[in-house]
Amino acid sequence: MAEFNVVNHELVPQHEILPEAEGKKVMDKFKLDQKQLPYLLIHDPVATSIGAKPGQIVKITRESPTAGTVVTYRLIAVMAESETEE
Amino acid sequence: MVNISKKIASVEFDLLSPKEIRDMSAVKVITPDTYDEDGFPIENGLMDPRLGVIDPGLVCKTCGKKVPECPGHFGHIDLAMPVVHVGYVKVLRNMLRSTCRKCGRILLSKAQVDHFEKRMATLIKEGKNIKPLITNIVKTASQADVCPHCGEHSGKIDIDKPTTFRYDDHKLTQADVREWLEKVPAMDLKYFNFDENIRPEWMILTVLPVPPVTTRPSITLPTGERSEDDLTHKLVDIIRLNQRLQENRDAGAPQLIVEDLWELLQYHITTYFDNQTAGIPPARHRSGRALKTLAQRLKGKEGRFRSNLSGKRVNFSARTVVSPDPNISMTEVGVPVEIARELTVPVKVTAQNIEWAKEMVKRGPEPIPPHGVFYQAGVNYVIRSDSRRLRVTDKSKNEVAERVEPGFTIERQLEEGDVVLFNRQPSLHRMSMMAHTIRIMPGKTFRINLVVCPPYNADFDGDEMNMHVLQSEEARAEAHTIMKTQEHILSPRFGGPVIGAIHDHITGGFIFTHGDYSFDKAETLFILSRIGYTGELPEPKGKGGRWTGKQIFSTILPKDLNLEFKSEICEKCDKCTKEHCANDAYVVIKDGEVLSGTIDEKAIGAFKGVILDRIVKDYGNDMARQFLDDATRLCIGAITLRGFTTSISDEDIPDEAKAQIRKLLDDAVDNVNKYVEAYNKGELEQMPGRSLEETLEINIMRVLGRSRDGAGKIAGKYLGIDNSAVMMAKSGARGSMLNLSQMAGCIGQQAIRGERIHRGYQNRTLPHFKKGDVGAEAKGFVKSCYKSGLTATEYFFHSAGGREGLVDTAVRTSRSGYMQRRLINALADLKVDEDRTVKDTAGTVIQFAYGDDSVDPTKSERGKAINIEAAIKEILGKAKVEELVEMQKKEEDVDLMRSIQDDISTEDVEKEEIEVEEE
Ligand SMILES: [Mg+2]
Ligand SMILES: [Zn+2]
Ligand SMILES: [Zn+2]
Ligand SMILES: [Zn+2]
Repeated sequence: MAEFNVVNHELVPQHEILPEAEGKKVMDKFKLDQKQLPYLLIHDPVATSIGAKPGQIVKITRESPTAGTVVTYRLIAVMAESETEE
Repeated sequence: MVNISKKIASVEFDLLSPKEIRDMSAVKVITPDTYDEDGFPIENGLMDPRLGVIDPGLVCKTCGKKVPECPGHFGHIDLAMPVVHVGYVKVLRNMLRSTCRKCGRILLSKAQVDHFEKRMATLIKEGKNIKPLITNIVKTASQADVCPHCGEHSGKIDIDKPTTFRYDDHKLTQADVREWLEKVPAMDLKYFNFDENIRPEWMILTVLPVPPVTTRPSITLPTGERSEDDLTHKLVDIIRLNQRLQENRDAGAPQLIVEDLWELLQYHITTYFDNQTAGIPPARHRSGRALKTLAQRLKGKEGRFRSNLSGKRVNFSARTVVSPDPNISMTEVGVPVEIARELTVPVKVTAQNIEWAKEMVKRGPEPIPPHGVFYQAGVNYVIRSDSRRLRVTDKSKNEVAERVEPGFTIERQLEEGDVVLFNRQPSLHRMSMMAHTIRIMPGKTFRINLVVCPPYNADFDGDEMNMHVLQSEEARAEAHTIMKTQEHILSPRFGGPVIGAIHDHITGGFIFTHGDYSFDKAETLFILSRIGYTGELPEPKGKGGRWTGKQIFSTILPKDLNLEFKSEICEKCDKCTKEHCANDAYVVIKDGEVLSGTIDEKAIGAFKGVILDRIVKDYGNDMARQFLDDATRLCIGAITLRGFTTSISDEDIPDEAKAQIRKLLDDAVDNVNKYVEAYNKGELEQMPGRSLEETLEINIMRVLGRSRDGAGKIAGKYLGIDNSAVMMAKSGARGSMLNLSQMAGCIGQQAIRGERIHRGYQNRTLPHFKKGDVGAEAKGFVKSCYKSGLTATEYFFHSAGGREGLVDTAVRTSRSGYMQRRLINALADLKVDEDRTVKDTAGTVIQFAYGDDSVDPTKSERGKAINIEAAIKEILGKAKVEELVEMQKKEEDVDLMRSIQDDISTEDVEKEEIEVEEE
């Protein structure tokens, strides 16, 4: 039996790691600083599954009831303190 | 004056040390009394003059200043025995749990210390929050059994309700705790997020600061009696007990007595800080009222934060009951003279308006208007250039007027046309506060046009509303451009009108335009005069030289308006005959002329009005305002001419109908009994996925539901459209056909939690029925109608069902209110940027495009960016639309087809509207 992978689940939208240049383009387009992006935690099942590394930008394409398909971006981030210590 | 701007670099919270408390103290308070017999404050008492002044004119003994300048000064009480500060109980517990009783060191091994030290250093370097790490440190340290530093056993710390600590089930006195904390070395304090200059033992009080009298002023009652603040009362108790404790201890009283007194002192000091501390009874007044101590001054809705800092009382506002006036415009508000005379607008006196200003002041505060004028604004105050206020009275008005010069400000009373803000609580909406221009009127209520009732959610059963008078030109300009009622006709929630015709306006519109209802010349002139019509009287289009209602209504439509839609009264026939509809339910407007159809809720109503919607979007807010004002006036004109009334006799149905209904209901009951019989015999066919009992219930519910509908249909057949109640129900003015059928036909099944009523006695709902009876009547079916009245058992079941509805609404409103409060607080500072990204105050992106599609719902076509069907129709004419749709079908352009279909089917729009109405 094939191992379960969240990425294949129908409720998980398409995630795609952007090459550095592409990421920079996005930041320029929206005139953003990396810190202004919403986070995707490095230990998020999707992030682990697609092998994302901290600092990378992930492009998420999902369906929207208002706009059809919608593209958003998230920054791969390390966990906050509260999650580190058990 | 030099302006120095300073920036706050940081704010730090720490503990007051006993030394600091003594240093800032102006008085050592010893006497538990306030004033002596002659009314003078007692030296070293709680009202010692060195604690500040509250009587105007007196000089403070500490700082030498008078009332507004003297800030008040703290005093102190030396406590005979140490006492725990309730506010720090949690911190104390943490500290006792994670330090050693013998050596005071933190219960962490060398390795743990190294690990945490490193984590803390990185967090501080990265500027991150260290609180979660502190929590972890405390958790780790309190798990240690043995002190890693001295090997001492580490016991279990428990708290006995508010302030008593126990160590392995031995009570720790406040003095024990203090001694323990004294041992904790400064270098270990960082693990508790304490500065090394703070001593943890300060959390156990040895000195109590006495707040200045300015924070607890005494009030002199009209009888001359003095009434002290709750805090003063509490401090009196504390000093008394402190004295007794000291005396007993010094006299060598038995340990038990000393301990009791100590405990009592702890209680008083605890309630002095927070009189709602869990685990102890609140301290009360002689009257039984709980005292309002320090925490109560700050906490909750009535506390300093929510009541005085987040929201305040305002000046230049008025509140009174609202009542309706269909003759004023929707942007106006009728203001009583008494309110207009009290509220003012400041006007700066300049070289240009000085003559006018002098004239105004000469009128005084109560001018007598010239003959034929109802009201004239006067002046209440004149403010001189040195900002001194001069009250204008009838006596002083001429003298004050002479002294007016440029640079002065006069406070003019309200005048017709002033812009004010008008509001009704709860303000759940942007539209709950809108700008109106005022009309001064006799009477004591605010008068509003009925079309603004839906956005305010106002009715006239005693509702009160607030008015705020704008005080600056900027505010007036802003209110005028963005807050006027006509700027809010369209709701940002669903992109349709929230302001629109209701109730009698709709009935009026229906009467006016249904079929070929017409008016003679006098009537036509009467109706048109109500909107100040000045054009030529059009050629009469009705029979016998009469003017049709449709024709008169058309005079207020824009001349290039083209529109087609189904009226509210549409019966939703299988095949729509459009303009040939037998019910006159298909509206066709061509070049601003109503050719067919009835103008009802669907045309001009709030939430649904299609004509209204079109006019706001295509012709602008001002045109829409004019249209609404005119349309409602015409409708009221028409309904006034015809006359309109409704009474219980509207629900009269002939005896034959009653017989039919009785027969139908009897059949239904028989039918139910048949099902019950079948069930009892075990012949009932089980439905898939249901138990036998469930199957029976479902069948019974269906039979009874159908019979109720049937009864409604029979009643409806005998209630024609010329019946006033039916007219209101069908046109959407008020009530529904269900309401009518319940009055004339049958009320139907009563339910609790969606099921027939089954609670009550053992195996039956009421003793009127046999045990185990599951028939219609025994389980809450009401055969009667409201008009005929209910039987005793029916009445009981109806009350049970009705109670559930009441409880539901009560629970729902409170819960959704709190939920909305939380949502608003969470979303309050999100903002749509210039590039349509949604960001919070930190600049973090929440959404890359507002609502994913960057569409402002206010400017949308009911949530969608455009109405494709209407757009095509407008450009190509109607015939071409069908052609285009054909063509698209062939090309299988799914996307466009889907959007066209979406727009044609009004299904989803209607669903939304039901939601809207329920609110
Ligand atoms: Mg009310
Ligand atoms: Zn002073
Ligand atoms: Zn130790
Ligand atoms: Zn129809």
